[in-house]
Amino acid sequence: MLEIIKSPWHWSVAGVLIGLTVPILLLIGNKNFGISSSLRHICAACIPTKIPFFNYDWKNEIWNLFFVGGVLIGGFIGNFLLGNPDNISISPDTMKDLQAFGISDFKGLMPTDLFSWDNLFTLKGLVFFVLGGFLVGFGTRWAGGCTSGHSIMGLSSLQLPSLIATICFMVGGILMTHYGLPLIFDLIK
Amino acid sequence: MKLDDKNICDAPNESKVKSENNLKYLLVGAIFGIVFVKAEIVSWFRIQEMFRFQSFHMYGVIGTAVVVGIISVYILKKFNIKTFSGEEIVIAKKPNNKGVIYGGLIFGMGWAITGACPGPLFAQIGSGFGVITITLLSAILGTFTYGAFKDKLPH
Repeated sequence: MLEIIKSPWHWSVAGVLIGLTVPILLLIGNKNFGISSSLRHICAACIPTKIPFFNYDWKNEIWNLFFVGGVLIGGFIGNFLLGNPDNISISPDTMKDLQAFGISDFKGLMPTDLFSWDNLFTLKGLVFFVLGGFLVGFGTRWAGGCTSGHSIMGLSSLQLPSLIATICFMVGGILMTHYGLPLIFDLIK
Repeated sequence: MKLDDKNICDAPNESKVKSENNLKYLLVGAIFGIVFVKAEIVSWFRIQEMFRFQSFHMYGVIGTAVVVGIISVYILKKFNIKTFSGEEIVIAKKPNNKGVIYGGLIFGMGWAITGACPGPLFAQIGSGFGVITITLLSAILGTFTYGAFKDKLPH
């Protein structure tokens, strides 16, 4: 049993469990599923400001911060207690494309060529941590939600803006992957 | 079930119950985080595969989740199911403005760079990539910047 849990899970298992999060959160506390809101609550809770966008009763939304705290703990359990003992198996085509960018570590969930403390004060760090993170936080709030709030919760309740948002997420990602990343990797090599 | 069009954010607390035990959300979040790691959704590689159309994995995950979500919400609505504490279920109405397009494109670009949407950011930190706390801090700064310039941006 533990061996089955430790091997990587099939996409359908993950899809069903993620989809079920929508009714579970509604049933246990009338909560709408969405994660990017947590970033706004952190601003409202931690940064003293008069900006109206952050002046609301964040304590009423504190469930969302418990939820993302849980995600962090789940990440720890999933990797350190139930971790996959083998290397990640990614598509050979993707591996070839990424090798051309100079990526050489294909063992774990993330390439340490990019995502390590050593890169913090380099151009790599500036792009992959600072710029990337900024775009995620700025974009999700402007769009009014992220993959969970729009693509899962919004689509589950058949809302048109969420379909438009999801299409834009994909278009932005595809453009960055095929046109932006080659330029970025040229720059940081 | 009803729609709420005056919600505070995209994942509002629609409950009127005042004192509740928030640990249940920690538990649901933890299960969610385990799924994120075990199905490798937090992997930068899997996001690259998706945007390069070189694997079905992420499309399978998101597609299945949406289908299960649609069926669940349909059942809750059809049978007028109440929450466990007896409240009417309320679903937040999404904003319908141009910000969805501009913000959506910008987030998509960030997703391709970091390999993470906001949820996986937390799971990546938990799974040992401590440096992602910098990405998270930058995302918080991004959200703050949006809040500061909200009125000057097209919506």
